[in-house]
Amino acid sequence: MIELNNIQKSFGDNTVLKGIDAIFKPGLVNMIIGASGTGKSVLLKCMVGLEQPDIGGVFYDKRDFSGSTRKNQIEIRKDIGMLFQGAALFDSKTVEENVRFPLDILTNQPMDEKLERVNLVLERVGLTNTNTQMPSELSGGMKKRVGIARAIVNNSKYLFCDEPNSGLDPQTSITIDNLIKEITQEYNITTIVVSHDMNSVMEIGDYIMFMYKGEKLWDGTADQVLDSDVDAFNDFVFANNLMRSLKKLRK
Amino acid sequence: MKSIGKYFIFLGTLFKNRESFKTYLKLFFDESIKVGTDSIFLIATVSFFMGAVTTIQTAYNLVSPLIPKYVVALVVRDMVLLELAPTIIAIIFAGKVGSNIAGELGTMRITEQIDALEVMGINSSSYLVLPKVLATIFMFPALVVTSAFLSIWGGYVAASFTGVISPFEYTQGIRYQLNEFMVIFAMIKAVTFAFLVSSISSFMGYYTKGGALEVGKASTNAVTNSVIAILFADYLLAQLLAQYLIAF
Repeated sequence: MIELNNIQKSFGDNTVLKGIDAIFKPGLVNMIIGASGTGKSVLLKCMVGLEQPDIGGVFYDKRDFSGSTRKNQIEIRKDIGMLFQGAALFDSKTVEENVRFPLDILTNQPMDEKLERVNLVLERVGLTNTNTQMPSELSGGMKKRVGIARAIVNNSKYLFCDEPNSGLDPQTSITIDNLIKEITQEYNITTIVVSHDMNSVMEIGDYIMFMYKGEKLWDGTADQVLDSDVDAFNDFVFANNLMRSLKKLRK
Repeated sequence: MKSIGKYFIFLGTLFKNRESFKTYLKLFFDESIKVGTDSIFLIATVSFFMGAVTTIQTAYNLVSPLIPKYVVALVVRDMVLLELAPTIIAIIFAGKVGSNIAGELGTMRITEQIDALEVMGINSSSYLVLPKVLATIFMFPALVVTSAFLSIWGGYVAASFTGVISPFEYTQGIRYQLNEFMVIFAMIKAVTFAFLVSSISSFMGYYTKGGALEVGKASTNAVTNSVIAILFADYLLAQLLAQYLIAF
């Protein structure tokens, strides 16, 4: 479980996060949605420690993260996996080396154990026999799957996904969404997904948090989305025809 | 001034929260190959012709009957050891390796690879930059020695081909009154320039913001700032150490 307690963050005079409180539960896909520039990515960065909140705290299973020493943060980070928007695979390493990397750095396991684990997660994301391929030889969807494999290889308890569907075709997007959902339930991971994609939100979102101008404006489940009466949220959600049609059908 | 302060803070971060020695050892060898071995062809080509041209130019400009011919080789040797091998090669090295380091780190930054390392709890600056700096400090003096040898040999070949001075006179000049401190001086310069090129280029690349255009700018800035730093350090070292050349 991840708890956010009054997270505030400013860059100069620009206040990006205005006191965000939230609880993200394990075994659920928690979606953070909102228009561009509403502070979703900054919030995600505060949660994983790439930015330090000015006020407030991030707690991983009651363990203080943002307010603790670097040594304690490193301990918590061993439980964190992250899928970046562009997958962020290391260009100079093969698929196997990329996935093995957290194990090489964070554990003292013997090589055969590490390889066994790497092959297991690669199989789980549907990428067997790609061990020797370089990231430049992979498609966008494959890169994302390698990114997921790298994020979960160290038995992560918390999985963060930043725009996992960006740059992917609709079919591959569904594959990635389903993979995230399955892994979350299978390993009881606390998953947090930042996304713009309403299809994905409705498909896999168990808990949805809508951000508007640095604030949490709405939260609830996918079923509650269609019944919302918050104008800014409705403007965002029903910006596309598909969602408008869904609402009409529901009525 | 703000950038200079940030540069020194950046240097401090290289030594904080380091990874295991084994991790750095592998990275150090990988970087040594990239920085050193991959630069040999360029350095060798430039050095050979630099020595050859310097010999011919000096020979055609020292045409007094009062000056023995072997002085040409002596001038070439001193120029190569004091300036051409350490300084000019450092400038060329900044163009090749400096831009490569800045480009690599800049690309890693904009493609979130550095963020990925940080999320895993790795001190990305230490993990990525320290092996590059150490490998450069280790390999560049070797390149300077290679360059000095090839420049002097280039001069010998040019002298033999053109006949501006005889091979015997050239060899005599090269051996004449060698001040060993020149070699030490060249090595001090090599280590200093290696540190400057690798650390400045890493700094420029590591803090890249934006996209492909900014990576290109970071590479250009890395070379420009490295060259300025080399020339400034060259002047300072000359001011500090030239007196010891006379003392030896």
